[in-house]
Amino acid sequence: MARTKQKAQSLLESEIKVAPITTFSVLSPEGKVVNEDEVPNLSDEQLQELMKRMVFTRVWDQRATGLARQGRLGFYAPVAGQEGTMIGSQYALDKEDFILPGYRDIPQLHFHGYPMYQAFLWSRGHQHGGQIPEGVNVLLPQIIIGAQYVQASGVAMALKKRNTKNIVITYTGDGGSSQGDFYEAMNFAGVYKLPVVFVVQNNRYAISTPVTKQTAASSLAQKGLAAGIPSIQVDGMDVLAVYQAVSKAKERAAAGEGPTLIEALNYRIGPHSMSGDDPTRYRTKEEPTEWEQKEPLTRFRKYLEGKKLWTEEMETGVIEEAKKTVADEIKKADQYPKMKMVDLIDSMYETTPPHLEEQKAEYAD
Amino acid sequence: MKTKDMSYSEAIRDAISLKMHEDEDVFMLGEDIGVYGGAFGVSRGLIEEFGPKRIRNTPISESGIAGAAVGSALTGMRPILELQFSDFITIATDQIINQAAKIRYMYGGKGKVPMVLRTPSGSGTGAAAQHSQSLEVWMAHIPGLKVVQPSSSYDAKGLLISAIEDDNPVIFYEHKLLYGMKEPVPEELYRIPLGKAAIKREGTDVTVIATSIMVHKALEAAKQLEREGIEIEVIDPRTLVPLDEETIIASVSKTSRVVIVHEAVKRAGFGAEIASVIVESDAFDFLDAPIERLGGKAVPIPYNPELEKHAVPQVSDIINAVKRTLQRGEEV
Repeated sequence: MARTKQKAQSLLESEIKVAPITTFSVLSPEGKVVNEDEVPNLSDEQLQELMKRMVFTRVWDQRATGLARQGRLGFYAPVAGQEGTMIGSQYALDKEDFILPGYRDIPQLHFHGYPMYQAFLWSRGHQHGGQIPEGVNVLLPQIIIGAQYVQASGVAMALKKRNTKNIVITYTGDGGSSQGDFYEAMNFAGVYKLPVVFVVQNNRYAISTPVTKQTAASSLAQKGLAAGIPSIQVDGMDVLAVYQAVSKAKERAAAGEGPTLIEALNYRIGPHSMSGDDPTRYRTKEEPTEWEQKEPLTRFRKYLEGKKLWTEEMETGVIEEAKKTVADEIKKADQYPKMKMVDLIDSMYETTPPHLEEQKAEYAD
Repeated sequence: MKTKDMSYSEAIRDAISLKMHEDEDVFMLGEDIGVYGGAFGVSRGLIEEFGPKRIRNTPISESGIAGAAVGSALTGMRPILELQFSDFITIATDQIINQAAKIRYMYGGKGKVPMVLRTPSGSGTGAAAQHSQSLEVWMAHIPGLKVVQPSSSYDAKGLLISAIEDDNPVIFYEHKLLYGMKEPVPEELYRIPLGKAAIKREGTDVTVIATSIMVHKALEAAKQLEREGIEIEVIDPRTLVPLDEETIIASVSKTSRVVIVHEAVKRAGFGAEIASVIVESDAFDFLDAPIERLGGKAVPIPYNPELEKHAVPQVSDIINAVKRTLQRGEEV
């Protein structure tokens, strides 16, 4: 008995281990290349485009939080701090690839072709926000945490059936990685070698719950190992590292080698959403300042400035363009015709059944 | 039309096979539906006929299966998913209720989820509390879904073909005790519209509205009652959503007496909805007796076979309920 106990103890110490996960990065927080071999092969214009999109997104986010405070938007989840992951991951895709987003992932949708005014309408619950234009391969932002992960397998099955080389990318957060759907999806996609890139944006908080209270796992990337799929943790505030990791995962997926899990380490600078969250209730005062040192725009700006690819004028130009775009798009959303009860009822079924025709009649005047 | 004696499960398989031959986008996914042929043998032979890519034998992962069905349906496929037992819908409901049912609406009518969820329900096989329930009313409550409950081979085939062709998510409840029942079924492809009830037996004295296995119990009751000179009309709604209110109301207006019977627990069962439809309609004026509603006892289905029978309505319960309605409201 004592021997067995001793044996079990030594087994625990020597053989049962949690695989250590190291963080993949290309740029240091100071904007210096730390991983020469993994610098993605992007032209100067492409590098500038990444920066433009991040600056654009930051301004859009600032405007959107303002609009939300004024009551001019419905639900809005701020994105500041996560631009590196959002912009870098979408930039690695082809137009035909599918995006299955969570509710914070509006920038990826926008750069994939989903119009901004529709995102505003979606935020307000207007049905036109849900009418994704033909040829824009995205699904609507998922509200139920993690539910998009299991749907990704189905979308991938449909792509595979059509023999395309396209892939599905889906996003959730650190909180989402605690859901059963998270594991079911990776296991499902793994067993069929489906072309899916699973991204977890670990922004450190699920509303108020820090990731240390979300799981005993020392990384979220290691959760993919149990499903038998290649898993990597990247510095999500390093746009080049994210671009590189997603490009490789996409290549694997398109080559029929199956799904990949990417944990992107981020920090959500703002509140969880504009629906009454006050982050000072669960964060120390110093914390945001510490993270600001690593934030994606500052870092990439330094890198580009070092290469003489970015100037203050360029930055100002993007800021002005973003402000104008947001103003135009919110105006377009405001001008869109209001919804009617009868339209809601008619969108329930392909053909409206008799019991709903009766309900419609109540609104006909 | 050339017919062939087909069991309920053969009729379902035939519907799947015909549609899969006709439409490349139709595929099946579920647990043990491959070489094993599914928990009740419904998919037997299909993997040999269509291969493992169109008959996807999945991990044990109800949410994963339902999510994959929703995702593929939303991007152009027509999945048929099988849940081994309808009780397991509990672990797939987010994808059904929060996703499949709401997508067309949330996408402003521009997204559709043409999926069919097939699943065996009901008691009578000694499968105990967690494998024997009748939970169809949960799904009937959710706007955006259609709910089908065929009671015969002929209905199962025609309704399933319509369900597969339907552009909305359809929950298709099969009954375990019906799988072996045979009747002549046309060999070719035919459709029964969703939302059309069947008058399974015409009668003048009492309308009995029965679903699924209870249709057979009502027909058995009808035979016995006929010997006593009582003619009941047996109506099978076949689909709970959409519900053919017209046929029900017309029958009640004719007979003036109603018995509603389903296997599901009576409290808050679909019978309550049917009763309400009747009393909210002009048929109310024709009623000569209170509506009788029969359903399962408010207990889990017992494992013990004798007790199992007592938990759900039997032929004698229907006979007694019919007689009760006839003893009320007689003109003196």
